[in-house]
Amino acid sequence: MPEAGLLAILPMNEIVFFLNKVVIAGFIIGSVYALGAVGVTLIFGILRFAHFPHGDMMTAGAFVALVLLWIFPGAGAAVGLPTAFVLMPIAMAVTALFAVGLDRTFYRPMRKAGVKPVVMVMTSIGVMLMMQGLLRLFAGTGTRQLYVDTDAKDIYRIPLGGRDLVITEPQLLLFATTIVAVVALHLFLTRSRMGKAMRAVSDNPDLARVSGISIDHVVRTTWLIAGALAAAGGTLLALDVTLKPDLSYNIILPIFAAAIVGGVGQPYGAIAGGLLVGFSETLAVFNWSVLLRPLRPYLPEFIEIPAKLAFVPTEYKIVVPFFILVAVLIWRPTGIFKGRVNI
Amino acid sequence: MPLLEMTNIHGGYGGANILNGVSIAIDADQIGVIVGPNGAGKSTTLKALFGLLKVGEGSVVFDGRTVTNMAPEKLVLEGLSYVPQEFNVFPTMSVEENLEMGAYVRRDGFRHLIDQVYGFFPPLKDKRRQPAGELSGGQRQMVAIGRALMTEPRLLLLDEPTAGLSPRYMGEIFDRIIAVNKAGVGILMVEQNARQALALAHRGFVLAGGQNRFTGTGAELLADPDVAKSFLGGGADHA
Repeated sequence: MPEAGLLAILPMNEIVFFLNKVVIAGFIIGSVYALGAVGVTLIFGILRFAHFPHGDMMTAGAFVALVLLWIFPGAGAAVGLPTAFVLMPIAMAVTALFAVGLDRTFYRPMRKAGVKPVVMVMTSIGVMLMMQGLLRLFAGTGTRQLYVDTDAKDIYRIPLGGRDLVITEPQLLLFATTIVAVVALHLFLTRSRMGKAMRAVSDNPDLARVSGISIDHVVRTTWLIAGALAAAGGTLLALDVTLKPDLSYNIILPIFAAAIVGGVGQPYGAIAGGLLVGFSETLAVFNWSVLLRPLRPYLPEFIEIPAKLAFVPTEYKIVVPFFILVAVLIWRPTGIFKGRVNI
Repeated sequence: MPLLEMTNIHGGYGGANILNGVSIAIDADQIGVIVGPNGAGKSTTLKALFGLLKVGEGSVVFDGRTVTNMAPEKLVLEGLSYVPQEFNVFPTMSVEENLEMGAYVRRDGFRHLIDQVYGFFPPLKDKRRQPAGELSGGQRQMVAIGRALMTEPRLLLLDEPTAGLSPRYMGEIFDRIIAVNKAGVGILMVEQNARQALALAHRGFVLAGGQNRFTGTGAELLADPDVAKSFLGGGADHA
């Protein structure tokens, strides 16, 4: 039985620990970053400004899901999934319309006035501060659960000879949603008339206009997609952890890092960038001593394996996307997928 | 009645006018060529015609309808199509997607038009899955003209279609433009390569200082010693 022999040689406990802490955790947080970064990069590609309130739009989407949870608390029990997940499509639709409203109220008047890009960025920062204030005004600063009493937060344990591979239901739902969203976005951008028009406007807005493409329709579609994906990301993140008003404001830096690493204006780049930033974070805070300990018998005496050996302490995780951001801007400002803009 | 009649056009980008009374008239089956020195207002004339620039004075009549200062997206529906000099393709989109974007305003099937464009520009057929930004200058120009043909325009506006091309490609593009015209599309183009362009023009317009200086058939203008001396540059004419 070669498999059993192999399992006996390999330090399975440690490998499974690595899979849990780095691979699964990285994919989870990377998926959340990707869902946010796609919106940021689409908005930048079409409207040419950095949408800072995007993190708060994710939080707002999660709060929409919370309100829906209060209205329809029995929706999840009927199908055996978390209620907030069952209601998520409605939250996505509401947030998508909210994003269009945000554009109509704040950004469109600025565009019509023909303001400079820096004024758009200032407007976007103003909207961000306003949204944060409003969220705290209505929701307070406390922490909430996106679970109702009837929801069971299923935890799956896959035994792998020793320690179990652990994955929770919200994490599985996050995987599934991200994959569905990426495939749907790909089909939309490459197959549909409106999706191609979005790429055309992102490529060359003047030529799109002389081809008769309605910039207004493209802008509206961009906000609908960005808002819907933000709500999905926010809701799924809140299901995995907890719901607080600063839920996604804290991840706006990694989201921008993901969008820039992937090449601004490149939706596929944003997805790759999100996962790259996610894995970098989990790799950086991982305690590598765990993987070194099984090597103890083969190492000379004078080498001591410290109790904790991580690149970055967990509390300083935020420096990882920050470092990636700075490194990319220095060495490859167009991002790995050749974004359209040199920042 | 001419298909297009621009009469005494004045206009500019705010500030001083660039156009100080330009008049252009061509028939539906003709090739019109606008030539003149740098800063004469050649490209500006096309932009004024296509609604990309405010016309302050004068009128544009297309097919009997006054279309002065109409927005570009409306003019596309009227039967005009415009190929800018630069940035005239969607670089990350494939050749075929570029053509599809040209047909964006159409709600009916346009497969036959894509095939027609491949008929005019055979090299594009092999490259139809390739991003337009990766093509050579001449092929990119073919994509740009093909995109503009997708609305089945009655008049095609070309802003320096051979700018920056090698002589071999220049001849090829001119040949294609003649073929497109033979298929029933009126052409109005601005050209730096004045001699070659006037040779194929039914109507030629020499502009200078934002005004018409000479107007006539291409052959008349080429034969006119004043035009040759002032605008065609004697040096290149050894033929």
